[in-house]
Amino acid sequence: MFIVLLFMFAGIVTGYLLRKWKLAFVSRVILTLIWLLLFLLGVEVGVNENVVKNFANLGFEAMLIAVFATLGSITGAWLLWLNIKKHNGQ
Amino acid sequence: MKGSLIILSFFATGLLLGIYRVFPASWLDYEYSFYVLAALMFSVGFSLGHQPDTIRQFSKIHSRVLFLPLTTILGTWLGVIVISFFSKHSMTDYLAIGSGLGYYSLSSILITEYKGAELGTIALLANIFREIITLVLAPLMARYFGKLAPIAAGGATTMDTTFPIIIKTSGKEYSIVSVYHGFVTDFTVPFFVTLWCGLK
Repeated sequence: MFIVLLFMFAGIVTGYLLRKWKLAFVSRVILTLIWLLLFLLGVEVGVNENVVKNFANLGFEAMLIAVFATLGSITGAWLLWLNIKKHNGQ
Repeated sequence: MKGSLIILSFFATGLLLGIYRVFPASWLDYEYSFYVLAALMFSVGFSLGHQPDTIRQFSKIHSRVLFLPLTTILGTWLGVIVISFFSKHSMTDYLAIGSGLGYYSLSSILITEYKGAELGTIALLANIFREIITLVLAPLMARYFGKLAPIAAGGATTMDTTFPIIIKTSGKEYSIVSVYHGFVTDFTVPFFVTLWCGLK
């Protein structure tokens, strides 16, 4: 399961070693691979009748997660903001 | 926004082809997606290792603001833990989805690989919604929760898709913070998503 992380580390090391080279096309490679994988995810979801039937429910659940994740993160940012202001005021 | 629409259209095309069985279902058994995923992770790592100059610029940031990625991640986790009590899915499933931090393409791909298409779809939608919420509500967040709030909400997207709206609402002086935050949280997405998927 953690094999993908090994690929990422190999990428970091390779990228660092080749940092003197101009390799701007890498971002286009990433984008193309992302398109391909989301297309494959779409196919996988499409052939899964269970998921297709529940798509509206999954969307509702996803919206709840998004709202709470965002709310949690901005509360954290707010506490940090207050802390910095208090520190700068003294 | 245009980039998100293109990505969504690829997902939608795959979805339609899947629903109408344009491909035989056995086609998915070969796990092509794993090899593409490995290639993607290598490329993402490559692009991170390839830009050490970006990291050097971060020394200009106020020392306490350096903690912003940490409060974003912990805040996100607390938020999804609360809502996970009302779900049939487990808390670690929700933590994996939340750890996407708006990086919907990579997180949904990883979660599909480890947890299946249903959770992968929730991860895709939840993280797209997070990006949209940030794009739409950034001004309100800045007003009521301080100027760091839109950056936290944007999660891993604050150095690309949500960057313009952040410097518009929080100000140009927050552009380095925004890039720093996006860079660091981007880096954490594959780690924490994989970690939470690995824990039962």
